[in-house]
Amino acid sequence: MAAAEMLRITDLHSFYGESHILHGVDLQVGRGEVVALLGRNGAGRTTLLKSIMGLVGRRTGRIVVNGRETIDMPTHRIAALGLGYCPEERAIFSTLSCEENLMLPPVLRGGGFSVEDVYGMFPNLRERRASQGTRLSGGEQQMLAIGRILRTGAQLLLLDEISEGLAPVIVIALDACIRSLKDRGYTIILVEQNFEFAAGLADRVYVMENGRIAESLRANELEAKAGLVQRYLGV
Amino acid sequence: MSEIFGIPVPVLAGQLMLGLVNGSFYAMLSLGLAVIFGLLNVINFSHGTMYMMGAYAAWMLMNWLGVGYWWSLAIVPVVMALVGIAVERLFLRWIYHLDHLYGLLLTIGFAWVMEGVYRDQFGSGGQSYPAPDSLAGVTDLGFMILPDYRGWVVLASLGTCFATWYLIERTRLGAYLRAATENPRIVQAFGINVPLMLTLTYGFGIALAGLAGVLAAPVIQVTPLMGSNVIIVVFAVVVIGGLGSILGAIVSGIALGLLEGLTKVLYPEASSTVVFVVMALVLLFKPAGLFGKEE
Repeated sequence: MAAAEMLRITDLHSFYGESHILHGVDLQVGRGEVVALLGRNGAGRTTLLKSIMGLVGRRTGRIVVNGRETIDMPTHRIAALGLGYCPEERAIFSTLSCEENLMLPPVLRGGGFSVEDVYGMFPNLRERRASQGTRLSGGEQQMLAIGRILRTGAQLLLLDEISEGLAPVIVIALDACIRSLKDRGYTIILVEQNFEFAAGLADRVYVMENGRIAESLRANELEAKAGLVQRYLGV
Repeated sequence: MSEIFGIPVPVLAGQLMLGLVNGSFYAMLSLGLAVIFGLLNVINFSHGTMYMMGAYAAWMLMNWLGVGYWWSLAIVPVVMALVGIAVERLFLRWIYHLDHLYGLLLTIGFAWVMEGVYRDQFGSGGQSYPAPDSLAGVTDLGFMILPDYRGWVVLASLGTCFATWYLIERTRLGAYLRAATENPRIVQAFGINVPLMLTLTYGFGIALAGLAGVLAAPVIQVTPLMGSNVIIVVFAVVVIGGLGSILGAIVSGIALGLLEGLTKVLYPEASSTVVFVVMALVLLFKPAGLFGKEE
């Protein structure tokens, strides 16, 4: 089991300035697994993804990616270990065209998508390749934000709220996209507000509350414990 | 055909040419400021001082080591880039997380210290630096006599500005720079060494200032205060062009140099204020600058 481990987080504490956001998070993700992080807004899920990337003010504990301790690494070195981060705000660059956005992240290692592969998965992007990045529709921008981290050869994808605010037909397309990435052996951590979307894709689910992991469930336990999960997510 | 607005054509053309030469320096300096501000969020008040140091570096190379103009043109930008890299590594790096104001204060302090050092060393009288022999002559254009060196300055600076524009707007390296200007953290999360980019960008901006200093040395008095004299106008140029706009910095640099030259002929009393009048008008009607994007 140890050889198949992609990510192990032990007793992670994260801070923004004086605010202490994560309070001792423990989490493991196996190679090829799809894991969903559920929880209310402010539970610490986005901060957990940012902590993995080294994008918080300060972090303590252990974050081992593919056998490498990353807690003291700068963000760009962490990324080079094969992490692809798709932030909640999508961060499409307005001064770059669609294709420039797509081509921006450098290829970190072999085995990534080619540009043709990305266009194959998201044909809309091919049609919009010359458009200014931020002129794309919300769904197209989301596809672009996912597509551009597939080119890098990253094997561990951190996807923050990718279904948020999108039309059902786009969400269905993203669902198919995640399934296809899973079939290709990608390891994926999904931060989701949309329980249905996440539950349909994830092998396992972590529920976060107040900067801690409150529950850890396997996909086959979700139905039986749906009431418990809904209590954590309910307002 | 010998007079326009009652002014002899050679006089008008001569002043416009001087304006174009000044505009070339404005463009190169405001371009560096724009690139630095865009990526580092630092208002680099020491930019004029770096320009002065570039001119003195050429002077020192010639008078102390016997190195001529053309070699200086290549060596000085490299030396100034190293100075910039050292300043970024030793000082600026520590204040990125603070308000703009601190970068401004730090670079003002650096400017004053260096000016003091140069005044102590060279006095405030100024040194002269000869144009290279191959450009010491003049060309008769028919309507005016053009000193060759001035023509060269305009060509060299336009070439440099165009090359910089191309590098930033049309290449992959430039795409990193544009993206990091918008959202440095995400660019770093893509695996790009953004801290190194900041260092090299600052070095590049300072190299441009140093290059402008070498180009300027034969056409102006090389004095410790030459940077302070020009930097205020250059800041006005940046504001008029639009903070952070590459094209804006180049176009308004050249245009305002020409406008100054024209004003010297038509109404000399206003020639030193015309840039600031334009700045006030631009701020009034288009606060983001002529080429800036409205937020």
